This record gives sequence, structure tokens and C-alpha cells, in this order.
Amino acid sequence: MTTTTTTASPVAGKARARAARRRRGMLLVALLTLALVAPLFAYPVFLMKVLCFALFACAFNLLLGFAGLLSFGHAAFLATGGYVTGFLLSSYPGLTPELGIIVGTVAAVILGTLFGALAIRRQGIYFAMVTLALAQMMFFFYIQAPFTGGEDGLHGVPRGKLFGLIDLSNNLAMYYVVLAIFVIGFAIIQRTVHSPFGQVLKAIRENEPRAVSLGYNVDAYKLVAFVLSAGLAGLAGATKTVVFQLASLTDAHWHMSGEVILMTLVGGVGTLFGPLVGAGLVVSLQTQLAQSPLGNWVSVILGAIFVLCVLSFRSGIVGEIQRMVRKNFK
Amino acid sequence: MTMIFGVPLAVFMGQLMLGLINGAFYALLSLGLAVIFGLLKIVNFAHGAQYMLGAFAALLGAQYLGINYWLALLLVPLVVGAFGALLERLVLRRIAHLDHLYGLLLTFGLALIFEGSLINLFGVSGASYPVPEALAGGIKLPFMFLPTYRGWVLVAALVVCLGTWFIIERTRLGAYLRAGTENPALMQAFGVNVPLLVTLTYGFGVALAAFAGVLAAPLYPVSPTMGSSLLIVVFAVVVIGGMGSILGAILTGLAMGLIEGLTKVYYPEAANTVIFLVMIMVLMLRPAGLFGKEA
Amino acid sequence: MMSQTRSFRRLPLARAVAANTLLVAGMLGMAAPSLAQDGISDGEIRIGYLADMSGTYRDLAGPGGLEAMKMAVEDFGGSVGDAPIEIFNADDRNSADVGANTVRGWVDQENVDLVAGMVASSVSIAVTKVLEEAGGLAIISGSAASSITNEHCTPNHIHYVYDTYPLANGTAKAVVEQGGDSWFMLTADYAFGHALESDVEKVVTDNGGTIVDRVRHPFPTSDFSSYILQAQGSGAKIVGLANAGSDTVNAIKTASQFGLTQTGQQLAGLLIFLNDVHAMGLETTQGLLLTTGWYWDMDDASREWAERYFERVGKMPTMVQAGIYSSTTQYLEAVEAAGTDDPATVRAKLGETPINDFFARNGRIREDGRMVHDMYLAEVKAPADSESEWDLYEIKATIPAEDAYRPLSESSCKLVSN
Repeated sequence: MTTTTTTASPVAGKARARAARRRRGMLLVALLTLALVAPLFAYPVFLMKVLCFALFACAFNLLLGFAGLLSFGHAAFLATGGYVTGFLLSSYPGLTPELGIIVGTVAAVILGTLFGALAIRRQGIYFAMVTLALAQMMFFFYIQAPFTGGEDGLHGVPRGKLFGLIDLSNNLAMYYVVLAIFVIGFAIIQRTVHSPFGQVLKAIRENEPRAVSLGYNVDAYKLVAFVLSAGLAGLAGATKTVVFQLASLTDAHWHMSGEVILMTLVGGVGTLFGPLVGAGLVVSLQTQLAQSPLGNWVSVILGAIFVLCVLSFRSGIVGEIQRMVRKNFK
Repeated sequence: MTMIFGVPLAVFMGQLMLGLINGAFYALLSLGLAVIFGLLKIVNFAHGAQYMLGAFAALLGAQYLGINYWLALLLVPLVVGAFGALLERLVLRRIAHLDHLYGLLLTFGLALIFEGSLINLFGVSGASYPVPEALAGGIKLPFMFLPTYRGWVLVAALVVCLGTWFIIERTRLGAYLRAGTENPALMQAFGVNVPLLVTLTYGFGVALAAFAGVLAAPLYPVSPTMGSSLLIVVFAVVVIGGMGSILGAILTGLAMGLIEGLTKVYYPEAANTVIFLVMIMVLMLRPAGLFGKEA
Repeated sequence: MMSQTRSFRRLPLARAVAANTLLVAGMLGMAAPSLAQDGISDGEIRIGYLADMSGTYRDLAGPGGLEAMKMAVEDFGGSVGDAPIEIFNADDRNSADVGANTVRGWVDQENVDLVAGMVASSVSIAVTKVLEEAGGLAIISGSAASSITNEHCTPNHIHYVYDTYPLANGTAKAVVEQGGDSWFMLTADYAFGHALESDVEKVVTDNGGTIVDRVRHPFPTSDFSSYILQAQGSGAKIVGLANAGSDTVNAIKTASQFGLTQTGQQLAGLLIFLNDVHAMGLETTQGLLLTTGWYWDMDDASREWAERYFERVGKMPTMVQAGIYSSTTQYLEAVEAAGTDDPATVRAKLGETPINDFFARNGRIREDGRMVHDMYLAEVKAPADSESEWDLYEIKATIPAEDAYRPLSESSCKLVSN
């Protein structure tokens, strides 16, 4: 899975890179401003859902878009973050939500390390199948495990008070917390992608044998990327559990792994904003469709979008926009 | 009575038999995946849905056209296989030049469409497909009562598996196929119609799935979701065995059926996960898979 | 109206719990002075139908349940007084988050007055938690879990059609009384299966029977042959199926193929519905004992309604679909009688009114939200005795409403004073 990179003379390239950076900066500021005032116009619970899934999709995109690894098992990390956080917050009423979220994220990191170490032993399509199988195993585990509530799921997880001070049962307060978590997660991804580490990942994606011959420990790079992605997916799951006060098997099901792929694909694989756009679109679509006469056809429509994207829209919405911008600003 | 780890020998043998029958399904499905992967290099995520389509085609054929089981066993793989070939021609071919992961995603989308559409048309409770009369009843084996139909499933699946192996490894057509797997460009240069070969191969792989679907129809409720969870297990089987070898896919399928069958006796709680655990062990000890060739 | 609704919402939980020495009606009455108002919010009755429209439970409630609800509204005249009745509907896709989010949106943005339908217990529990916080009313028809009116009870919901308690009790007791005193339990290995298993085991041993052996199978399982073989080897007279949905269907099918019933053993299904029996066919299911809350061919009133439903939908209704019609009608009548759609007032009104219609006999809604009514022990007919496609059950006995459900004395619901 590659994104196009333009080659040009070093000087022009530098100037263009600077311009691109400025554009991205301006876009970031605009988006953040929009996010801050969004609850005035839109339903905060819906916005929070979009943000949680956007973080999930960004985490997934880090792996697919920048390391070229297609994980078909990311639901396992979302669910692990959610279940661990949910279980802790409902069993220990004194625990503050941020601690619960941190522990949930750590649990996802641990699981990510185990799964990552196994999965990176195989490449390409096998990698996808291994992650899918491992995630399915977790799904069965969560059905049987006593602390998840089985099919009923975990309910009534208290939102609690952030740092013991700010009451999160207020939707608006909760929204800004979720936004802050999203921004932190997004910043981590942004930093990673633009760091030397991110450059090596891209090199591995483009040509793994060459990266090996250059002396990079490819497996270690892949593992770190996998663990980071799993941890952020866990963070998304943990946050989602606090917002919606529940954790259920839906998050662990392979459909969820498919949905996050779809979000990333629709928005644009390997772009920074693509997963955000994709998550917004898929979540709104699901919400709208569920209440329309087409409600029964959600999975068919999602499948059709999948096929369409792969056939003729591979760079996704943000990818297409970037291409247009690049063409017009030459 | 002879006991094996605390289980009477007769029960033990019976469970092995049942495990082998389930293994036959794994073998058929992973064989189809391996055949498709060999030439097209994509993992056919729609395989489970195509297995389900096979079962549904048999059911609808019986309900609306009066097609009996034996005819269905012959016709359904042809029809569903032809549909698969059409899919390859119209859809999959357009992305053949891309990263093979796109093939996985595309077939995943197709699987969602098939499954969702059938749920809307037929609901999810599923319907029953009767056991053909010639195979009703059971055989009294020394160690168990074996429903005749299950015995037939084992025999039929093994014959088809070995037949496929024979075609690919021992015939001229198979030689083309293997050569196409190694070097399609050279084959094209030698005047072999490679695109046609690709279409036929995909169609054949799908036909194998549909055949398995018809075999399964009298055993399980025919429902739109019957294929998807099975497919994930088959993926694990494929990871264990590797897709490089036809015989490897068959043997791994049967072996996993046996292991699963024994788990159901000794520790039923883990019956759903045991194949995934085996997969983890194989990944740790022999990352390329038991029969794998890739590095 | 809005501000009054909010004040109900802010009613602190602590106060609600402190008030639980009173009956629900009393408690709501206490809150009532601040909310007492006449009339219907927004001048419309808004009912949200939430169910699995595309997944595993589609045939149990699904689109057929929505149709039943529309019938109920049409039969009621389409409005209560001058207030028209509007139906919203959504597919919960068996997902607790989708369900809870939909309902949160309905309550916050659309002022939906009643949420009905609901099958997967995870969805029902999630929805009732939302409604308890936001102030609203739900009538659950599809779910099986008896915990919904036990540890998960709220003053904001009613569980209408059935739950696992009468299904397990009714069936197990009747089977033991008929001489089926040694049981092999085939249990789905998760919380729900374990609960069902222990319910059955208690009834069996209390009535003088024994549990010979058990096996816990993973959930979900498609191939039951191994477990059926183990059941055959156990020598038990009865094989009890403490599982649900496709697991039960698969187990019954496999048992029939392995000739379980020919070797003198009998199956007892605990959670099995009309649509399952129809799908499996009588050849496979004949002789199966089960407990049901309603059957379309029970009597004239049931038949009359079922025929009308059949004309619209093309299938005979399950007990859940019939229950959705009945509960919607009950709700509308309560709104009419109370003159308001305020959730608390309507809930109190529903609690006062005995229910006797084509669906429920001797029905009443208890303070824990459980609608208790007569339940029926049914046996699946042999193919030779069945006269039509949907002629599937023979009703063998009636289990009186007061004996069928978990007695309040055993309840752990916070609204019940024990």
C-alpha cells in the first residue's frame, strides 16, 4: 500500500515541504478551532463517538499507512482497552477515570507486544490472517471471561470525576476531555510519522529487503510500530468505555476490525487526516442509515463502499484532495 | 474396557472419527484458498461467503426447482464456480496489478455484500436441508453409531481433495497451473492464455467452497452467517500449514479437525480456541508454517 | 415541559434508593408534584422501536415486530386524543453501544416517549441505564435474561413477554414430573449459559431428579456431534440444552441425526422460539418440550390477531411480536387514561392496570418492572399431527402467572423491599 511521493530538485522540494508544513499547520489550527466550538452546533455524544473512532482509525493507519502492515485484528486492542478500563472503574469506585484509562491503555500495549511479536514473524497477507486469528481468539476469551459480563457486556461504568475534580457526567466536560485525549493521540502519531523512526518505517514499507541491507533491525521497528498502534487503539477503546459507560463484545468482533479498515480506506490510507474524515463519515453513515428505511442494509452498503474504494478510489477522500491541491499549487 | 486418558476406547475412537469429519471441511476450504492463492496471490476473504452460497444454492434449488441432492452436488459447484469466474473477470482482474492486500480487502467487501443481502432476503434463523434418503439412518460401527451421511461427507471430501491434488500435481493442466504460479510472464510468452487460466483457477477454488457448502447443507442450518466464523478458523489452519503445498493444506486441515475433536472430549471449554493456540505455537517454532516455503 | 423533564432527570439516585421502601408507584408519586402536568409533550406521542433488524435475532422480533407495533398504532386510531402517534425505528445490530447511542439521541434530540422492542440482553441493559439517567420509559419484549428485572431493574423499564426463569422452571419441572429424572446438561460456556444451567439444576434436584453429567461447550459452536455423543454415553434420560439461538438449533439438529431420541433419550430445550422450530422443521424437533408465553393457535382471540398479522407479514407471529402489539396498546391506553406521556406517570398507571388481552392472561406489572402473566408448556407436534405449515405446538399445560416468574421474595432488585 503506497502513497505517491513526488520527486523534485532538493531546493524546490524543500520550499514545497515548507509550504506544505505551513498549510498543514494552518489546517490544524482551523480544525482545532472547529473542534472547540463544535458542541455548539452538533450533538456532543455523537462528536465524542466520532473522536473515539477517529483515534482508533488513526492508530490503525499508523500501522497500515506508514508501516505497510495490514492488521485485521485491531478490534482486540479496542476491546481490551475498553474492558480493562470498564472493569476497573466499576469495581473500584474510588478510581479516577484518567487512571482507569491509563491502565486500560497499558493492557492494550501488553497485548500488542505479545500479538506483535507473533504476527511480525509473517508478512503481507499472512500477517493479516494471523492478526485476524489472534483477535478471534481474544473474542472467544472475552465471551467466557467472568469479568466482561459475557454477552451482556459491562454496564453502568461510572464516568467519575477527572483528577477527582471535574465531574464528567456533564456531556460538555466529557467532550473536552475526549478532545484532549484525541489531540494527544494525534500528536503522538504526527510526531512518530515525522521522526527518523517514521522515515525508517516508510523505508521498510517501500522496500523491506533494502531496509534490512541498510542494517536496520526491521523486526524491531515493526514491533514498536505495532505496539504503538495497539496502545493508541486501546486508548480509544478505554475512552469510549468511559464516554458510553459500557463495554461490549461488539468492540471485540471481527466486524469492528473490518470497520476500522473501511474508515481508514475511505478517508485515505497513509494520510494524517484521512482516518479522521473516514471515521466521521462511517459513523455518521451508520447513525443515519440505522434510522432510515435502508437500516437493514447497513452491512451491504458498507461492503459496497469497500469494493468501490478498492476498485476506483484507493487514495481515499483526503488522498484525492491532496492530489488536487498538489496539482493546482504547482 | 480399555481407557485412553480416562476415556473409554470406544468413545475415544468415536470422537476421532467426528474430528476427522470436521477436518475434512477444513481441508476442502483451505485447499480452495491454497489453489486461488497459488495463482492469484490473493487471500479470498469471500471464501466463507461462497461456501454459504453453495449451501443456499442447494436449498433454493430444492425448494424452487426440485433439484435433488445428487444433482445439486454436481450443479451447484458449477454454477457458483461460474459466478466466481465472472467475479474474477469483472472485478478482481482490475486490481490484479496492485498490492495483494487490496485483493483481501476487495473480497472482504464482497463477503459483506453477499452475507448482508442474504440476511435481508432470507433472515438468519436458517432453514433445514433434508438428508438425502439414500444416506439417511446410520451405520453401527464397533465403537459408535455413525450417521451414514457423515460417513459420506468424509469419503466425498477426501475423494475431491485427492482428486484436486492429482489434477494439480500429475496432469498437464496442473503443470500449466504450477508453471503459472512460478512465472506467469514466461507462460504467457509460451502462448498459454494466462488470464483465462487465472479466471478458471479462481472459479475452481470457488467451486470447491461451494461443494463444501452443499456437503454441509444437511448437517447444519443453512444460514447466511454459516461461513464467516468458519472462515477465520480456516485462516488459522492456512497459517499453520502454509499455502505453498496442496497436500500440506489437506493434511493440516484433517489434523486440525482431529486436534479439535480431542479437545472437545478432554477440555471442551477450549474447543473454539485450540486451533488458534496451535497457530501460535507454530508461529513461535516454525514461523513459515508446517509446509511453508516462504522465508 | 422541557424544564420539568429535566427536574425528573436530576432526581438523584440516592433519593430514589432511599425511597425504595415505598412501592414504585409511591415513589414516582412523590416525584410527581413537581412534574404534574396535563398533556402530551410536543403534542405528539413518539415511540422508538429498537431491535436487531439484520442479525441473529432478526426473525424473533425484527421487522415483524415493527409491523406489529404499526398495527397496534393503527388499531388505536393513529392518535391519542389530538396527539398523533409517531414511530421511530432503528437497527441496534445487537450492539450495546449502537443501542445506547440511538436511544440517547432519541431522548435528547427527539423527545421520544417510549422505547420498545429490544432483544439482545446487552442492548436492553444498556438502554435501560441510559433511560434511568435521562428519564424515559422502555418496554422490553425480546430479551430473555431474567436479570433485567432483577439486579438490573430500574424504575424506567418494563420486561413484558418472558424471561429465562419461567422457561427453565416451567420446562424442567414438567419434564421431571413426567419421569425425566436424570439429566445431562449441555451448557453454553458463558455467564448466560451458567445461569440457565444453575436454574435448571435447582429445579431438577428440588423435584427429586439428578444431574448425571454436564459438558460446557464454547459459545458459539456449530458442530455438536462430539457433545451429543458424550450425552449418549452418559445414560441420562433427558438432555437439557442450557444455551440459546443457533447453538440450540444446532444441538437439536445434531441430536436428531445421531438418533438421540431413538435410543430413549429426550431433549429439553430451554430457550427456543416458534421461528426456530419452523426453521428446523417438525421432523427434527418433534417431541421437544418447551415453555412459551404465547402461541398463535392458543385460542380464538390469539388466532384472530395472528391471522391479521399473517396477512401483513406472511409469517405467523412469535410470542415477542405478539407481545410488542400488546404492550404498545397497553402503553397507549395508559397514556390516554393518564392524560400525559410523562414517563413516570405512565409507568405508575401501567402498574395499576391488570392486563388481559389476546396476548396476556392474568397479567400485571410488578414493581420490579416484570410483567407476570400465564405461561404455557408446549410440545412440538409430530409431522403427522400437523395440519399446516405453522401448526407446530400443542399446549400441554398452563403455568399460572404467580407461579411462573421469580417471586419478589427472591428478588435482588433495588426497587423491591426485602
